[in-house]
Amino acid sequence: MFRYYLKLGLLSIRRNPILSTLMVAAIATGIGACMTIVNIDYVMSGNPIPHRSDVLYHVQVDSWDPHEAAEEPDLPPVQVTYRDGTALLAAKKARRQVLSYRSSRVIQPEEAGQLPFEVSSRSTSADFFSMFDIPFLFGSGWDVDSDESLEYVVVINKEINERLFAGVNSVGRSIVMNGDHYRITGVLDMWDPTPKFYDVNNQSFGDAEEAYFPFSVSIANELSSDGNTNCWKPVDEGGFDAFLYSECIWMQFWVELHGADEKQDYMDFLNAYVETQKALGRFPRPMNNRLSNVMEWMDSQDVVADDVQVLLGLAVLFLVVCLLNTIGLLLAKIMRRSGDIALRRALGASRRAVFSQYIVEAGIIGFGGGVLGIAMTWLGLQGIKGLYGDFDFVTKLVTMDWLMIFAAIGLALISALGAAVYPTWRACGIQPASQLNTL
Amino acid sequence: MDIGPIWRALLRNKSSFLLIALQIAATMALMVNAIAIIQERSRLMARPSGIDEENIFYIDSSSFDKDLEYQAMVAEDLDLIRAFPGIVNAMLTNSFPLRDGGWSQALQTEPGEGIDGTGTAIYFADEHGIETFGVDLIAGRNFATTEIVWADPEGAPDWPESAIVTRAMAAEMYPDITPEQAVGKVAYIEQDQPVTIIGIVDRMQAPWKSWAGVERSMLVPMKRGQSFARYVIRAKPGYRDEVMPQLERLLAERDTGRIIDSPGTITEARRMAYLEDSAMIKLLVFIVSLLTAITSLGIVGLASFSVAKRTKQIGTRRALGATRPSILRHFQLENFLISSIGVVSGAILAVALNMWMVQTFDLTPIAWYIIPVSMLVLWMVGQLAVYGPARRASLVSPAIATRSV
Repeated sequence: MFRYYLKLGLLSIRRNPILSTLMVAAIATGIGACMTIVNIDYVMSGNPIPHRSDVLYHVQVDSWDPHEAAEEPDLPPVQVTYRDGTALLAAKKARRQVLSYRSSRVIQPEEAGQLPFEVSSRSTSADFFSMFDIPFLFGSGWDVDSDESLEYVVVINKEINERLFAGVNSVGRSIVMNGDHYRITGVLDMWDPTPKFYDVNNQSFGDAEEAYFPFSVSIANELSSDGNTNCWKPVDEGGFDAFLYSECIWMQFWVELHGADEKQDYMDFLNAYVETQKALGRFPRPMNNRLSNVMEWMDSQDVVADDVQVLLGLAVLFLVVCLLNTIGLLLAKIMRRSGDIALRRALGASRRAVFSQYIVEAGIIGFGGGVLGIAMTWLGLQGIKGLYGDFDFVTKLVTMDWLMIFAAIGLALISALGAAVYPTWRACGIQPASQLNTL
Repeated sequence: MDIGPIWRALLRNKSSFLLIALQIAATMALMVNAIAIIQERSRLMARPSGIDEENIFYIDSSSFDKDLEYQAMVAEDLDLIRAFPGIVNAMLTNSFPLRDGGWSQALQTEPGEGIDGTGTAIYFADEHGIETFGVDLIAGRNFATTEIVWADPEGAPDWPESAIVTRAMAAEMYPDITPEQAVGKVAYIEQDQPVTIIGIVDRMQAPWKSWAGVERSMLVPMKRGQSFARYVIRAKPGYRDEVMPQLERLLAERDTGRIIDSPGTITEARRMAYLEDSAMIKLLVFIVSLLTAITSLGIVGLASFSVAKRTKQIGTRRALGATRPSILRHFQLENFLISSIGVVSGAILAVALNMWMVQTFDLTPIAWYIIPVSMLVLWMVGQLAVYGPARRASLVSPAIATRSV
């Protein structure tokens, strides 16, 4: 029966080519507009590190101004001070812990003729690579001892390795950065978490850094942060040391904890730490420490742009209009064929048979709209890329994966079938006798 | 013409017409809110930064030479730049309007802890600052050469004793006096360091275009840095694009212990700062046009059907003496009635949607007149869309009444 209805459906579609095209186009445009924005929202709110997002926690301690919260409403600051970061790192109370900040350096190639160039870089403690499960092409990160003994070691990414060493294994070789020699311990493979969860203060969708070295070395070289630095209390005089000792926040601190018990223990430890600091006259605000896992942290930091959410709302409304359009046209089409339907019913077709016939026809239109809708989504994403192309990260947002392609077809089918329900139901209601006399 | 019969005819086919009305309502809700957002973004984009945007550019220099004599390098660089043909003036600073990154600090009118301050952007400047940025000094005086100090490049600077603030900053700090009268007032930075306001500039935006206090900024007579230098340079009108690459080359060749970033213009900084807004405007214009097109195609489709369905009745009316214009008017009026239901419910829907968006995304509420304007537009779209089918209806021959379909 299904094949027969399929044939009937195609025949009916061919009988009204303009109208059918209009319906398919309406669904496709609606799906295209909706899925373009859904796709961007999906990438932006994606999980950057799915297999570990539940065990990685971003740490916040409230060291802020007694008169004013760091963030409304009454939230602790989003980064930590050098004093607290290094104290928590040294305590080693979690399975792993990472303290890091963004900085930049100049690489001076030793080969004649190559000009020095600037790289984005991250000054970090040793656990960074294992904790965030970063893939290595060659070698590995450094160990905790190197942090403490101020070893001049560096991990570079694939592109820098291509540029300096033509892609060969460069582990053990050295490069000159800002006048100092650093020994390469590892070369990263492609690694580009989206969003860049471990530091959303500076471009949530920016690229991962190109070079990594021990933060203790950067501190010894008085290399300040490239990213946001916020202070609520005046910094005392005395150069970089005074800055390190200040209440300015500029570093990110993450810990790895498994299970609720470990989380609770760590929270107790944080509270106890804050109590010791209060005894020293710091931390004037009430106790307000936070541990947020990756997705909680992404949510609280609003990494999905407001514009995307506004557009998502409008795109859904857009799809609704397209569907109303389709419902109206289908209804008109079916009602016009009241005679045919009444005749079929009079000849013994059940309501169910009539329903099946027209729902199949609507399904064909929905499927057509879905397939065309994927093409429209692709076009929409290209359009977005064109509009926002000057933001480098936009290319990361306009990729479509299989899940989204299936979602587009699924949404199209559901939309078309949903749109078909009312007109088809009306068709079933046509009485066999009602139209026959007018024929 | 009498509305009665048209209305009764409408009621015989409620669902089709209700669908069109709903479609118009949803289109209107989207249109009104999109226009509100477009208006808001255009207003933000139209704000002047206060500086001579067309002629200013910047050059960043990052030194990696460990034996660098920073202050000497800056002095020599600036001498070279200022002497270059086509240049009005130049100076060392930390940021500029539209850059979306800079230094902010609070000023308070009384010294002491726990007193509310007024946040302001800080621009490091010297006696060339006013001319380099091309801002209008409306009261007080410019910095004197002797006032400029070199600040500690690490940690917090020891703030200089004088400053020039914008009119908006003065008005925010001293709401009871005119900005001109604020000259000579002493404010406090870092809770207790006194700063005398020596001058007022008309307008100079902070670097962050989305900040609520974007019109509040302050020039301090200070130079600061140890390896990184940002020069802001103002060219004579028409010379910018010509001298920019020449200066870049000049600086790069003069000292090889540094990297000169490719220079940028304020025009480009403005484009980048408002890229999201201009893209959003284009997107919304596109969405609204597409939606209006789809809705009007829907009207055309449904009207064609209803004309086709009523061919016999139209023929009968024609045979009974109805003129072509009166058939035309029938369908135009029918559409007007449907559109009216649509736009009125659309207005309600638009306001509801706007209220939700204002609450969720801090958008500004819609201006009232957008609603009647959108209503008018959709009425017109409806009339235009229905004209084709209605004209076809008016061409139905009276003889059709005598045939059985």
